[in-house]
Amino acid sequence: MEQFLINPECLVYDNHIETLSSTPFHYCPGCGHGVAHKVLMEVIHELGIQEDTIGVAPVGCSVFAYHYMNVDMQEAAHGRACAVATGIKRVLPEKYVFSYQGDGDLAAIGTAETVHAINRGENILIMFINNAIYGMTGGQMAPTTMPGQKTSTSPYGRDVLSMGNPLKITEMIAQLPGAYYVTRQSVHTPKAVRVLKKAILKAFQYQKEKKGTCFIEVVSNCPSGWKMTPVDTISYIENEMFKFFPPGDIKVPDAKPLVTVTAEQEN
Amino acid sequence: METKELKGKETRLMKGNEAMAEAAIRAGMDAYFGYPITPQSEVLEYLTEEIPNRKGLVLQAESEVAAINMVYGAAGAGARVMTSSSSPGVSLMQEGISYIASAELPCLLVNVSRGGPGLGTIQPSQGDYFQAVKGGGHGDYHLIVLAPSSVQEMVDFVFEGFRLAEKYRNPAMILADGALGQMMEKVELPAEGSLPHIVPDWATTGMKNKRPQNVITSLHIQPEKMEDINLHLQKKYQDMESEIKFEQEDTDDAEVILVAFGLSSRICKKVAELAREKGIKAGTFRPITLYPFPSEAISRLAGPNRKFLVVEMNAGQMVEDVRLAVNGKSEVHFYGRMGGMIPMPDEILAKLESVL
Repeated sequence: MEQFLINPECLVYDNHIETLSSTPFHYCPGCGHGVAHKVLMEVIHELGIQEDTIGVAPVGCSVFAYHYMNVDMQEAAHGRACAVATGIKRVLPEKYVFSYQGDGDLAAIGTAETVHAINRGENILIMFINNAIYGMTGGQMAPTTMPGQKTSTSPYGRDVLSMGNPLKITEMIAQLPGAYYVTRQSVHTPKAVRVLKKAILKAFQYQKEKKGTCFIEVVSNCPSGWKMTPVDTISYIENEMFKFFPPGDIKVPDAKPLVTVTAEQEN
Repeated sequence: METKELKGKETRLMKGNEAMAEAAIRAGMDAYFGYPITPQSEVLEYLTEEIPNRKGLVLQAESEVAAINMVYGAAGAGARVMTSSSSPGVSLMQEGISYIASAELPCLLVNVSRGGPGLGTIQPSQGDYFQAVKGGGHGDYHLIVLAPSSVQEMVDFVFEGFRLAEKYRNPAMILADGALGQMMEKVELPAEGSLPHIVPDWATTGMKNKRPQNVITSLHIQPEKMEDINLHLQKKYQDMESEIKFEQEDTDDAEVILVAFGLSSRICKKVAELAREKGIKAGTFRPITLYPFPSEAISRLAGPNRKFLVVEMNAGQMVEDVRLAVNGKSEVHFYGRMGGMIPMPDEILAKLESVL
């Protein structure tokens, strides 16, 4: 099963951690999933909780997340990751449980499961990868597709009058008492990745303290679905997606509500 | 943590739904996830009242869709899990049930069925036979299906359902109906803790002691691999045939055999009695496991000098499996009522006389 892109004897340096398998990512060049996987698994590695963590993979591009994330995992039906995570966490309350879901999975077909899991304050981490498109099925319109954004099912651009606006589900669920820590981060710059990693670290700490649901939205990209070069997707994130989905904390514990800390402010 | 006292054997007068719920606690159920729907809401109600003072956990989900996926998660984490619903709710669960069957997660499902199609009625029906025994969701899979005909059997089959589900790593279903769920009968409840449960080694409980990763999934993108999974499932379904259960009465000299499951089988016993009084040699045959189906037993009974009358509370579903088993060796007739109507013994007797 173990595959190497580089023969071991040719490796100049090895940053392998036990929470990431050696299976090469199947993600397209420039896709944010690889980075999001890596920081999530780095946190689990650094906290030393590999043997106490159970993940839930969604239906979407990250459907094979368990090929890369070397922790016990369950593959959920489309949209049901929060319900599956609820089932796991309720019978294994001392374990760390996270779901890793895309925008179609979490904010369209799984809206009910997402909202209710958070409303119950399930003591889990929900990682929400928002790349504004259905990547796996070939670039169809997602609930978070930008107004005017062209996809294979909005070929003339998303017309908000007939197709609705991008769904700000992160702001929506932040209103729920069960949501303890809600933040929106991104993976478009190294700086942003560092901030994201800190957020994930906090979320696991809160889960240990049984504080309730932690929700981390990760604004990401989809070079293949957006039909852009990876470099162009970075500017699209900054110039377009951040208009609708500004990065920063949305709900932080023990602080005045709606305090915003952005990647820029952090540094 | 306070230790909760385990209940011993007990005889009580109980409603079918409540008896099943009590049986589930006694069978060592770790978790129940469900959503209210008539005529089975008493299962959830009973558990939410009892479980805080007993063992296990109960959670009211936001939908049947969520409930079945919570079952998936908890069963995948090695727990003994159950859900229950009634026909429209069970339809909603079908996607999840297909995933559970494919990922080979043991769990107990209960359908206290009601008349359909659509929103239908809340009165009892056997119209979900096809859905229960033929898979129900997408793909080639089967549930183990147990059909109780009394409140006592609803209790017994909770234990049997968990046992079979865990033995075969397959979802098991109790297919009851609204009348069985609502009626009260005397039941003998087994002692709590009499069904041991070991957390299986394939469960996602965390990679303790650096064991290799466990993954619960139904996704195998290479068709060769997916075919292997299917072959494995089919082999398992064949192995399950050793668990076939049925009941037959007065069949040796019978010129006509009434075949019925669940509630209808109780009515048919009365019909056979009335027929015998009239000098008609009638017997009864009741499949208890609807899947695997007692085809061989029915086949053995079939012959040119014997007729079958299949009685169901639907438009004729199990009759297809009886015909397949009989394979042309006997005449097979059908009598059914639909939409929540329960057939009366005299109307079945009239049908029986008309086919002789």
